[in-house]
Amino acid sequence: MESSRRNFMKIGGACALGLGALPIVKAYAKNEKPQVAPDSKALVATKWAMVIDMKKCWEKGKPGCKDCLLACHSVHNVPEIKTIKEEIKWIWNEQYEHAFPGQENHFLPEEIRQKPFIVLCNHCTNPPCVRVCPTKATFKRKDGITMMDYHRCIGCRYCMAGCPYGARSFNFRDPRPYIQTELNMTYPTRERGVVEKCSFCDERLAVGLLPACVEACKCGALCFGDIEDPNSEVRKLLASRFTIRRKPELGTQPSVYYIV
Amino acid sequence: MLERALTGDQKYYRWITALLILMGLGFAAYLVQLNKGLTITGMSRDVSWGFYIAQFTFLVGVAASAVMVVLPYYLHDVKVFGRITILGEFLAVASVTMCLLFIVVDLGKPMRLLNVLLYPTPNSILFWDMIVLNGYLFLNILIGWNVLEAERKGVHYPNWVKPLIYLSIPWAVSIHTVTAFLYAGLPARHYWLTAIMAARFLASAFASGPALLILLAFLVKRYTRFDPGREAIDKLSQIVTYAMIISVFFVGLEFFTAFYSRIPSHMHALQYLFVGLEGHRNLVPFMWLFAILAIVALVLLINPSTRKNDRTLKIACAAVFFSMWLEKGLGLVVAGFIPNPFDQVREYTPSILELMIALGVWATGFFVLTILYKIAASVKEEVA
Repeated sequence: MESSRRNFMKIGGACALGLGALPIVKAYAKNEKPQVAPDSKALVATKWAMVIDMKKCWEKGKPGCKDCLLACHSVHNVPEIKTIKEEIKWIWNEQYEHAFPGQENHFLPEEIRQKPFIVLCNHCTNPPCVRVCPTKATFKRKDGITMMDYHRCIGCRYCMAGCPYGARSFNFRDPRPYIQTELNMTYPTRERGVVEKCSFCDERLAVGLLPACVEACKCGALCFGDIEDPNSEVRKLLASRFTIRRKPELGTQPSVYYIV
Repeated sequence: MLERALTGDQKYYRWITALLILMGLGFAAYLVQLNKGLTITGMSRDVSWGFYIAQFTFLVGVAASAVMVVLPYYLHDVKVFGRITILGEFLAVASVTMCLLFIVVDLGKPMRLLNVLLYPTPNSILFWDMIVLNGYLFLNILIGWNVLEAERKGVHYPNWVKPLIYLSIPWAVSIHTVTAFLYAGLPARHYWLTAIMAARFLASAFASGPALLILLAFLVKRYTRFDPGREAIDKLSQIVTYAMIISVFFVGLEFFTAFYSRIPSHMHALQYLFVGLEGHRNLVPFMWLFAILAIVALVLLINPSTRKNDRTLKIACAAVFFSMWLEKGLGLVVAGFIPNPFDQVREYTPSILELMIALGVWATGFFVLTILYKIAASVKEEVA
């Protein structure tokens, strides 16, 4: 076979490229997943859901109470970045017209129009954020929790464009200097360049604790449980009270319900 | 053939130096971004994609320059395009290069870029966009380079190139379609949630890509001894005319659906763009400029006497290119985020550093383009 240095270089280059691509082939071919034994105290569910009784919150809670928000943000080392543009929010307050846009009218009771609604990630059954993520950095757990892998996220922010609820925050800057609460050493802080959001306290469920917001609420306005279990507290509430969800017309099937 | 890019007259070197300086400035600005994060941009948790992604979206369209000469030449035997297919293909290479760079500079964690390959996710449109864009880049490099090399040697290009040429035609359609799908499948972004998004992308691409190609063909004719040919430019200008008419028509369709149905969420983004929403009107002047330029372009293009006149054709092409840039490279992406999911208007203004990085990417694209066109023109001069 006649060959030249030029051809030799070409073939050599192609081989090097092939060898370089080997890890990718392995990644595609990989099948088994790492196994981790669950904690025996862990709270488990077929599908986690939350029912928020806003009436209870407004009537029984002290005015301007932010216990649930503060508990969450301190447990998860959520930084307090004061600019509207770069705020990091896991759970926060919105007015009715912002939480439920398109459903407001001029004649709603003053209470509904003025009082704060608690909003957080809805852990949708059909989450658009999971559908669009190009690396599976955000994914759906078997128990219904929409999770984030901060170590895999490439920061493309496609999930933020996908989320209909504005539940996702991007770390535009290094968040660590902005953590105002006492650092919780058992929960990781985030780096700049990744997206973060509420995780239904997966880390607390794993050791048998309820989500921080649920635990912090002194008037029991937040109810958390297995929506697939007919005897669970959330199911009883859903069966006995009228509830609404945010933007139900989009078909995302939020797992957070509101009693108003 | 690459050595042809190393020799040139003083003008050529001056142009290359100017581009290198802009690239250097852009890179320096990017280092600041790498160091401080995307906080140096004007983006926010409400408008989470900005100038970078908008440029990317527009430039995917410019890459259509290739298919609009390749398709008529290879499928319809339009012989006048034979001389300029290489210009179309190399312009596509430069635009797709810019597209990929704009994606990279937009990432919060660029060092994790390869996660897209390591954890392939077929349900994500971004994954497919990565595939079609890289595929289109390689197709055009392979085809352009081999055809040009064969031309230099005075032989027919290798047979294996032909299937790739045919493949590049539907592949070009795929890059616009998949890029449109990035936007058109998101449930709560009403401005993007339209079935004609992909059709709009194709139409505006077939207008802006060939329009730039015409302008470049005039430049090549002026600065080299290679003449792309008046007939080719005539044919291209017809393509631009039809594509521009369809493009503007499609924008009109969006207006009808939004304002006849009078569904507020469908009207909001268009209101924001053209008249302002709740007192926020950052983009209003730009969108009216788009409308004026589009009309100017249409008048000059539809009228045969102005379309066939070099001077007015150049103005028309510049108007097409700039108006489509305003519509896609400015309005489309930003307005998709306005109002935000809470029905609030949070505006976006790009920062200086952000614009510098974008300028650096554009300079990189034009650097690649200059090198490739220099090679192509030298080869053409040589064999002529």
